[in-house]
Amino acid sequence: MSIERIRTAVGHVVLMLGVLVSLFPFYWMVVMASNTTPDIFSYPPKLWIGSHLFENMGKVLDNIDFFGSMLLTLIASLGVTVLVLFFDSLAAFAFAKYRFPGRNFLFALLLATFMIPSQLSLVPQFVTLAEFGWIGSLKALIIPGAANAFGIFWMRQYASGAIPDELIAAAKVDGAGFFRQYLTVGLPVLRPGLAFLGIFTFINVWNDYLWPLIVMTDPNRLTLQVALDQLNGVYGTDYSMVMAGALMSVIPLIGVFLIGGRHFIADLAAGAMKF
Amino acid sequence: MAVTSKAVPASLGATTESTDKRPNKYRQALPQYTAVAPFFILFAIFGAFPVLFSIWISFHSWDGIGPMKWVGLAQYQYLLTDATFWKTIGNTLIIWVLSTVPMLLLALVIANALHNATRLRTFYRIAYFIPNITSVVAITLVFGSIFSNNFGLLNAFLQSIGLGQVDWLTQPWGIKIAIATIVTWRWVGYNAIIYLAGLQAISADVYEAAKMDGASPRQTFWRITVPMMRPVILFTAVTSTIGGLQIFTESRVLFGDTSSIGGPGDAGLTIVSYLYQSAFIKNQFGYGAAVGWALFILIVLFSIINWRLIGGRDEERLTRRAARRVERKIAAQNAKREAADVH
Repeated sequence: MSIERIRTAVGHVVLMLGVLVSLFPFYWMVVMASNTTPDIFSYPPKLWIGSHLFENMGKVLDNIDFFGSMLLTLIASLGVTVLVLFFDSLAAFAFAKYRFPGRNFLFALLLATFMIPSQLSLVPQFVTLAEFGWIGSLKALIIPGAANAFGIFWMRQYASGAIPDELIAAAKVDGAGFFRQYLTVGLPVLRPGLAFLGIFTFINVWNDYLWPLIVMTDPNRLTLQVALDQLNGVYGTDYSMVMAGALMSVIPLIGVFLIGGRHFIADLAAGAMKF
Repeated sequence: MAVTSKAVPASLGATTESTDKRPNKYRQALPQYTAVAPFFILFAIFGAFPVLFSIWISFHSWDGIGPMKWVGLAQYQYLLTDATFWKTIGNTLIIWVLSTVPMLLLALVIANALHNATRLRTFYRIAYFIPNITSVVAITLVFGSIFSNNFGLLNAFLQSIGLGQVDWLTQPWGIKIAIATIVTWRWVGYNAIIYLAGLQAISADVYEAAKMDGASPRQTFWRITVPMMRPVILFTAVTSTIGGLQIFTESRVLFGDTSSIGGPGDAGLTIVSYLYQSAFIKNQFGYGAAVGWALFILIVLFSIINWRLIGGRDEERLTRRAARRVERKIAAQNAKREAADVH
């Protein structure tokens, strides 16, 4: 019995060390954001949270249009998320619960698109969007990502198990057409799955860097990540301010994650097991 | 299902449907096609067309604005002799190995500890997962300061224990270690969660049987845990290979656009950084497209290697068969024990 107890104690020590390593950079971010730059780069370095946090945050707001960037990022993230949830769940509902000519072929085609790395089409996508006149506009951030293969695949797996055929049959007897069935039977049952896909999509769009870096060419309309990078590039000497900006950009995201995090992690793991 | 779907239109619109003797199965499936159409339309415009177009672009010399000039395979010929391109492949592969190997090993250790922990499980999971959802840009800035040559926290620490300092962000190996550290830190928790799910899927009976057969913990780990986890390990290996070959943000944010985007001596220039640099900084769109194709070939190649090394359906079936054999053994043993209890 005591050997077991020692083993669990050792396990907890290992896990706690891991947690420290996991969370330390966040602590360090706060330390840097709340001290002055000379204090950070002194030797020995300041290791405790200082009193200049709001001063540094204020400097961020003076130097970049932080809230403008945040609003832009929020609109893009929400826009993509809403469209992805709608289009992906609708397609997944059809793939999971209906037989129609070409279904298997179309689904195989969808899976094949996983193979294509997004960077491969980076150059021609940029050219296409330039042709459309979308460069620098929200459309460039939202429309190309409005439906994705991963979401449809994941939602289909979810829908296959979650929606009983009897419910659909009952809706049919009541005279509901396909879209009505989707709205009344599909959506309510799919809600937990949609929550996962929603958080997943939101976080990904919020954090995306390469695509907005390329398509948002107007320096007054940058997403948060690109603005943050810009802040570092131009004012890199004022590290405390840059860190205050980083902290401000990370807080909303961690908030979203902590609200839905527990289920999110379980769903992500379950999704990976199905591949 | 088939019965009801035919019955509904007939009962609903008896007058309109009955005139149509042979209901068109494609027309009947119109709502389903409408449902799946958005993805395929978007994919056609922003996925398939660009991929085909990128082949076309890669055969041209083009700055993105002026006229395209046909050069045939010249971009690819140049690519094969381009020392910088080969360097980016080397950099990417080194960073990939430096990050993936410790990442997957640590993930396995953490997953194992998480599996055995009974308390604080939710706390651990969230704490381990937070790095993964954090923005790469913000966290790269933090690590950039930690690895900073003169006043960085890491060097301050090394100095305080008498090891002197390392010029992390100017030495070729230091740069690669710094980037690999960021990648490892971000993805360890994610992989640990996936491994944990894999561990939880292994039936407790199998372990029970191994214990009864007198297997040591090490034997149990290598003979049962690892083989049964093969599909999960394959999943993490493939995803981290694909992710590793696409590393960009870390090196770009660490070194910015100044002089070269890959740091001193291009030591941190990855394949995607090179693609970005070629196309969007130097405006060599054709060459950028060619680099994209090289990346694609590499990804396919490495996915196949991974699959061969770790996966393979036959092996998967073998492990499953082994598991079934063990399970049968337990069942027999249990039956025997129960019989003994009765008497």
